[in-house]
Amino acid sequence: MSPQVAGQLELLGQVLISGILLGGLYSLIGLGMSLIMGVMKIINLAHGELMMVAMYITFWAFTLAKIDPYVSLLIVFPLMFLLGVSVQKFLLTPVMEADTVLPQNQVLLTVGLGLVLSNLALLFFTANYRSVPVSYASKTIYWDLKLGGQTISLSFSYPFLVAFCIAGVLGASLFIFLAKTDTGRMIRATAQDKRAAALMGINTKRITYITFGLGAALVGAAGALLDPVYYLYPQIGGPFTSKAFVITILGGLGDIPGAVLGGLVLGLAESLGSVYISLGYKDAFGFIIFVLVLIFMPRGLLGRGRA
Amino acid sequence: MSRKNLIGLLPIAAVLLIPLLTQNPYLLHMFILSLLWIVLGQSWNLLGGYTGQISYGHAAFFGVGAYTTGIMVKSGQSPSTAWWGLLFGGLMAALVAAFIGWVCFRLRGSYFSLSVLALSEVLRLVAVNWNRLTNGAEGILFIPAFTQKTYYYYIVFALAAVNLGVIRWVMRSKPGYYFLAIREDQDCAESLGIDTTKYKLLSLLISAFFTGAAGAFYMNYMGFIDPGIVFSIADISIMMILVTMLGGAATKWGPAVGAILFILVSEIFRVWVGSGHLLFFGVLIIAIIIYFPNGIVGTLVDRRTRKRRLRGAEAVA
Amino acid sequence: MTALLELKDVTKRFGGLQAVGHMTFSLDKGEILGLIGPNGAGKTTIFNLINGFYPPTSGTILFKGKRIDGLKPHTVCRLGLARTFQVVKPLARLSVLDNVMVSAFSRTNHREEARTTALEATTFTEMDAWRDVPAGSLPLGMRKRLEMARALATKPEILLLDENFAGLNPTEVEKTNAIVKKIHATGITILIIEHNMRVIMAISHRLICINYGEKIAEGTPQEVATNPQVVEAYLGAAHA
Ligand SMILES: Nc1ncnc2c1ncn2[C@@H]1O[C@H](COP(=O)(O)OP(=O)(O)O)[C@@H](O)[C@H]1O
Ligand SMILES: [Mg+2]
Repeated sequence: MSPQVAGQLELLGQVLISGILLGGLYSLIGLGMSLIMGVMKIINLAHGELMMVAMYITFWAFTLAKIDPYVSLLIVFPLMFLLGVSVQKFLLTPVMEADTVLPQNQVLLTVGLGLVLSNLALLFFTANYRSVPVSYASKTIYWDLKLGGQTISLSFSYPFLVAFCIAGVLGASLFIFLAKTDTGRMIRATAQDKRAAALMGINTKRITYITFGLGAALVGAAGALLDPVYYLYPQIGGPFTSKAFVITILGGLGDIPGAVLGGLVLGLAESLGSVYISLGYKDAFGFIIFVLVLIFMPRGLLGRGRA
Repeated sequence: MSRKNLIGLLPIAAVLLIPLLTQNPYLLHMFILSLLWIVLGQSWNLLGGYTGQISYGHAAFFGVGAYTTGIMVKSGQSPSTAWWGLLFGGLMAALVAAFIGWVCFRLRGSYFSLSVLALSEVLRLVAVNWNRLTNGAEGILFIPAFTQKTYYYYIVFALAAVNLGVIRWVMRSKPGYYFLAIREDQDCAESLGIDTTKYKLLSLLISAFFTGAAGAFYMNYMGFIDPGIVFSIADISIMMILVTMLGGAATKWGPAVGAILFILVSEIFRVWVGSGHLLFFGVLIIAIIIYFPNGIVGTLVDRRTRKRRLRGAEAVA
Repeated sequence: MTALLELKDVTKRFGGLQAVGHMTFSLDKGEILGLIGPNGAGKTTIFNLINGFYPPTSGTILFKGKRIDGLKPHTVCRLGLARTFQVVKPLARLSVLDNVMVSAFSRTNHREEARTTALEATTFTEMDAWRDVPAGSLPLGMRKRLEMARALATKPEILLLDENFAGLNPTEVEKTNAIVKKIHATGITILIIEHNMRVIMAISHRLICINYGEKIAEGTPQEVATNPQVVEAYLGAAHA
């Protein structure tokens, strides 16, 4: 193998690695969105803004109390769960049954919520870009591969790798929770057929609170994991809300395993696209795949979502 | 023309006289912005309020209209020919709309709502990155054709009046009935002989055309645009929804009432409070949905019809 | 007689469930054909197949000798097949008259003509007094009647009626009965699903009984009502 080919392979390998690592975080974001979509049948357009809130919690925990972002997951997860439960209980549920001319009034409400959250952050924390200067922010792990007489050296960003692993653990826990616990089964039953679930004695209202709580907690966890590797500013939520619904549609509306795949695909698309096509359009690649999926496979990549 | 229609024309006539009463540039500026937002609110209302297709990304069409005009000027035309942007900007916006509608309207549910949001983001990225065409993040700047605000006032007034007239006319004819039927129940509409895909597309095309024309006017009037301004989700897309909901979705005068209040409140924030207008509008959106779902005009109309219905029920009984 | 509508070996599956299986029958011009069968037998699904809401999994549907399976509902409607919904679908925020005008627009582009048709259809179904009421606030009986008025305003050759008598009180049943007869008298061919045996025995020329998606009997109302399989299907269902 010539050195040029090896160089190309090294680049490709590197791009794939960073795409998959990023995709793991995206999957976590998508899981929360998909869970909410599956049970409440609404798209949460404040999803990215909820993540932003979690990022600020993590930021302040680090700045004020020197709590490591990964440790602060223990604070972020329950706090975001409570925030999610309150949003569902006090905002979304009350307008669910309202007879209004405009459809989607719950989604419209999440639009308002997103605006409120990002502008509250702007008010309290200013528009400044902030970061969490952890000691391991730029720590890298190398992995040398011998291939056809050439050495291919791949690097893994430590915080991304840790984030990926924690996201994997959280995702796996979610699946076990949904499959094995009573509450998890009730969530799945409600997602499948809310009326039937209610007839079988499931308190579907309580299930919606828990679901939104979990959705918020999951995206919150993603926020905490992103803190060491991303800048933080009040408007960061918007782009992530877009990413979240792109992931959800790629996976198929309400398809929870699909969301994991959607997240990975988006991560890879952004990573491959920004290296091989153009960095400026990094955020557009997800949308382009999104439109292609809409045209050719509207039930999502796995073909199991609601069309 | 009936008596009722004549009374409906009175406010329009009054608005027509405003520039004769005041030449105050600040006041005229406020009126111009209000009229611009009336066009935006009415256009969103046609698609969202009457046809039931919620768009979270109408900035896509506003931005396309504005950029079409800006690019026309930048590519060597004099600013006065930029007025053709009102036509071409609208048509370009409709063209973009035709694409997104063709992709999404075959599908039910929130696909359209989300896709148009995605579209507006993609177009913003294109505007930032396609330097040669759009001048990138710096935006497009030119000296507006007129220094007198009165001209702009009458142009945007004409745009708003044509917009209102077209929407009124459409809503009183077959497509209007079809839009409402689609909003109420798509399955039923289909079984009553309505090609729902086609009529959703028609509603979107009209809505996008006028939104694009409004964007073209904005370019002409302000003389400056950049991707962050005209493709803004918060400042354009969401505010179009707010304006419609505040005044009352699916009502004739709701978007106008909403637009005037919106400009008034924005101005109060700009002058006296400084910042935080988006925070206030976010709270307002939530409050309207929870406490005031029919908006101002919608609530008034509801009261009136309820009274009439009570009388009607007596007649039936 | 000539067959206006023909189903040939039509099957519809939803996943593993066969809702309609190998359904073959024809509807002759000018007749009233009744469709009976226990709940969940697949009657409404047959309407949804004819009307174009679903394409059949296999088989063909012919209207005046031309295939209509796979066409969109709006096309089928314009060809001259109208239907009502068992689970009524009023355009809730529109007045009764506007509801009927919407359907009248399937035959004209002019508002005044649509209005005239709608006025006629509401008078025909004796809904004059309800014209200005929003359809969403109608009582059930009137909602069922609105379904008929709307279907009529599309000026169909075939009318598919899906349980228009269900949930009505005896006076309303009589009224609806009279309206259906009146519709038939104008020359419209009718395919009717009905649970009220007294009504359907009296009104239909022919009856088809289906169970688990398959046809189990066809003939005159008397023949079908005394068919042992039909009795079994109904008693079986009642005992289950
Ligand atoms: N869209 C659908 N998806 C899945 N199953 C369906 C669908 N529509 C009807 N079914 C099933 O097909 C069977 C026949 O239903 P239906 O035609 O409504 O019966 P009927 O009108 O005779 O009472 C039922 O078991 C019903 O659950
Ligand atoms: Mg049925």
